Amino acid sequence: MRIVVTVKYVPDATGDRHFADDLTVDRDDVDGLLSELDEYAVEQALQISENSDDDVEITVLTVGPEDAKDALRKALSMGADKAIHVEDDDLNGTDALGTSLVLAKAVEKAGYDLVISGMASTDGTMGVVPALLAERLGVPQVTLLSEVWVEDGTVTGRRDGDAASEQLEASLPAVMSVTDQSGEARYPSFKGIMAAKKKPVESWDLSDLDIEADQVGLEGAWTKVDSAAERPARTAGTIVKDEGEGGKQLAAFLAERKFV
Amino acid sequence: MAEVLVYVDHVDGAVRKSTLELLTLARRIGEPVAVALGNGAADTAATLAEHGAVKVLTHEAAEYADYLVVPKVDALQAAVEAVSPAAVLVPSSAEGKEVAARLALRIGSGITTDAVDLEVGDEGPVATQSVFAASFTTKSRVSKGTPVITVKPNSAAVEAAPAAGAVEALAVTFSVQATGTKVTARTPRESTGRPELTEAAIVVSGGRGVNGAENFAIIEALADSLGAAVGASRAAVDAGWYPHTSQIGQTGKSVSPQLYIASGISGAIQHRAGMQTSKTIVAINKDAEAPIFDLVDYGVVGDLFDVVPQLTEEIKTRKG
Amino acid sequence: MSTLDILSDDEQFMVRTVQDFVDKEVKPVVQELEHSNSYPEALIEQMKRLGIYGLAVPEEYGGTPVSTPCYVLITEELARGWMSLAGAMGGHTVVAKLLLHFGTEEQKRRWLPRMATGEIRATMALTEPGGGSDLQAIRTVARKDTDGYVVNGVKTWITNSRRSQLIALLCKTDPAASPAHQGISILLVGHGPGLTVSRDLPKLGYKGVESCELSFDDFRAPAEALLGGVEGKGFAQMMKGLETGRLQVAARALGVGRAALEDALAYAQERESFGKPIWKHQSIGNYLADMATSLTAARQLTLYAAREAEAGRRVDMEAGMAKLFASETAMQIALNAVRVHGGYGYSTEFDVERYFRDAPLMIVGEGTNEIQRNVIASQLVKRGGLEA
Repeated sequence: MRIVVTVKYVPDATGDRHFADDLTVDRDDVDGLLSELDEYAVEQALQISENSDDDVEITVLTVGPEDAKDALRKALSMGADKAIHVEDDDLNGTDALGTSLVLAKAVEKAGYDLVISGMASTDGTMGVVPALLAERLGVPQVTLLSEVWVEDGTVTGRRDGDAASEQLEASLPAVMSVTDQSGEARYPSFKGIMAAKKKPVESWDLSDLDIEADQVGLEGAWTKVDSAAERPARTAGTIVKDEGEGGKQLAAFLAERKFV
Repeated sequence: MAEVLVYVDHVDGAVRKSTLELLTLARRIGEPVAVALGNGAADTAATLAEHGAVKVLTHEAAEYADYLVVPKVDALQAAVEAVSPAAVLVPSSAEGKEVAARLALRIGSGITTDAVDLEVGDEGPVATQSVFAASFTTKSRVSKGTPVITVKPNSAAVEAAPAAGAVEALAVTFSVQATGTKVTARTPRESTGRPELTEAAIVVSGGRGVNGAENFAIIEALADSLGAAVGASRAAVDAGWYPHTSQIGQTGKSVSPQLYIASGISGAIQHRAGMQTSKTIVAINKDAEAPIFDLVDYGVVGDLFDVVPQLTEEIKTRKG
Repeated sequence: MSTLDILSDDEQFMVRTVQDFVDKEVKPVVQELEHSNSYPEALIEQMKRLGIYGLAVPEEYGGTPVSTPCYVLITEELARGWMSLAGAMGGHTVVAKLLLHFGTEEQKRRWLPRMATGEIRATMALTEPGGGSDLQAIRTVARKDTDGYVVNGVKTWITNSRRSQLIALLCKTDPAASPAHQGISILLVGHGPGLTVSRDLPKLGYKGVESCELSFDDFRAPAEALLGGVEGKGFAQMMKGLETGRLQVAARALGVGRAALEDALAYAQERESFGKPIWKHQSIGNYLADMATSLTAARQLTLYAAREAEAGRRVDMEAGMAKLFASETAMQIALNAVRVHGGYGYSTEFDVERYFRDAPLMIVGEGTNEIQRNVIASQLVKRGGLEA
């Protein structure tokens, strides 16, 4: 079975994230890392492989600048078999629709039975790329799973929706996404770290994927960000120390604001 | 006047509040045409009409419940082709976003997700979004095709605006992909009797400081005194004290109620991402240095086991 | 330049992985484990999976060996989370090095592969109730007979004694030898009849991992248990092993010092008094400046000794200096971190009181600092001072 795990290199959420002049995310000053939510996807791929009697080959795929190699390296250190890095200057500013195009072409070129993604990226948090990928590939989407089983060419899983918990089932090939409830991701072992550098990493650009420059990037985006403004700091509130009347003082505040 | 499609989120005909908020926003842009699918679709019409829907397109079929996402995309695509709307609005639930994204791709349009406000612009609707754990606000618009916009709950008021709400049957032909992902079982969430977290006007949440599943009873008691929903931080959920479905933060729910009360929550960035857009924020924490106090309108430095029960009692007294 | 830049790319990644592990897995639970004096079973299991127990084991025996500077920085990271975790792998590494340098091929094959995974964990037994650092005066005796050795004696302050399956036991195979060190050998033994492990000794800090007394009463070990197969080499072997041990203890001190500095620095920026963050008060700012300066010096001294060791040079003096200076520095930083925290520094709800209780272990453990000074002084005389 061939599993492709899509991963993203994201700015560290605890860092000071901001926008560049062209209103794309400025990645220069902030340390990046493998999106924590994608680690769950890598983990599920590894578990599927460990629980399978068949040979499973895990490829990690990322689209992003040179630094994104760090995300691939971490996934390889965790135990993935090989990596593909799609990098092209024309990709800067690509939106979710464009990203799904690049991923779809790359996944098709790589060959796959199952694509696994994280539930969302920790920077964009749209959470729609897996659904878009399924739409483009024309295969079932089994997304936002908190529990996963893959057996005999069938994916099943539990999706906890707003109103109900659903049990899903689809045949391979399919696109899956997993939540942060699917199981803690392992740390790369020292052995894994040493082995990772011997694993193949392929670099592709847009021409390798038969994608025209105007289909992606800021120009190809079908959504325009007109402005980005730092949210004004909230004006400092009233802080009181509880000296026995804290609950009553708080109730008085709520009453004053007409909540009570 | 241009028509605006509004995707209706309903349970067996009972329309959810977020959909009514969409109708308010839709009326700013044009005439709302609602699309209601699945069991009980026709029963939504009266409520939708009351809130401004000029038309309600309905289609009932077992596929909507039996298969994931795609049947709804097929139906919305049919509605877009039938109506040629100025925009399509969809509630920003997990499923809503997936439906909207696939629709946008199919109809060759751009998409904006998680809008918190919507206004009319020269080149189409302008959506306000809150990004990077709500530390930035962006304004964006769709530049190609029919704008598909998903809107977060509590982004607009529910307003009565009676309109015709004429029910019309929508003709839908399901695609080959529609039956790709089967829903083999569905367990409805157990009702807590409290409002739905993302829709609630008031949210009371507990974190690490609550220190145990059994202690959540005092958080729930406070919530019930205010008619509020109960949330929890990731620390509390990871510790197994409260269900994941109540988690607020980056990997849980994002809420923006009128009032947010955080008890025993330090306010790490992952949590702030899910609640920072709340209108009024109140916190109770024994650590005066907790970052949550940077956000609050009112904060009490103290032991939540003293402050919360006293607050609950006082609210009950005041309410009589 | 970051301190990590002296390492290869792969080794930097390893250190960062341990850093990540400490921040996400150790920091959130350490207070509870420490206060209840609980053995960190789950964390040790994760450390096994990371490969912490194979850091001194060559690849051919299933380990992932790292350079000595990398070993120091990984130990520092663990100790930054909890000194006890670094304690749960320190003796193990020394025993791995002893096997590697002095063991017979059969001994290496028997122990190293399972030590690399942490399936077998190892500790050393040196100290005796009658005396600590004067190793030539030990009184535990292994008498040779036709079936092997019969061991009698008592060892104390043996960390991980119950959780270790392999004990590198320093003992006299020839009590009459003169000079005494020529009668000392190391036996590789396990638990069995004749070996009793006492209760856990009560300690100021260093909680969660047990330190016990081992009593050998006609305990039998086979002849093959003799490290290297030749009697009388144990003292020299252990001196070499302790070079690693001292570097390890220095690294633990760095970790405790760094944790104390990090907490103090964060607190001094959050806490306000007289209308400004307290770091802006010169008295507090000066503490922070001195803490960071001395920690950096201790770190560079330790890394210097580590690089010397890596180059294959004798480092008893250098490792002794590192251990001496780093441990005294950690103690000072821990005390100053308490000062910066004010009343909270004395509270068990904050971590700084733990640093203050853990830091003295590195002063008295692995050869007291007084012994280190003796070693340094005698080496200075022997080597004719410091090299230019």
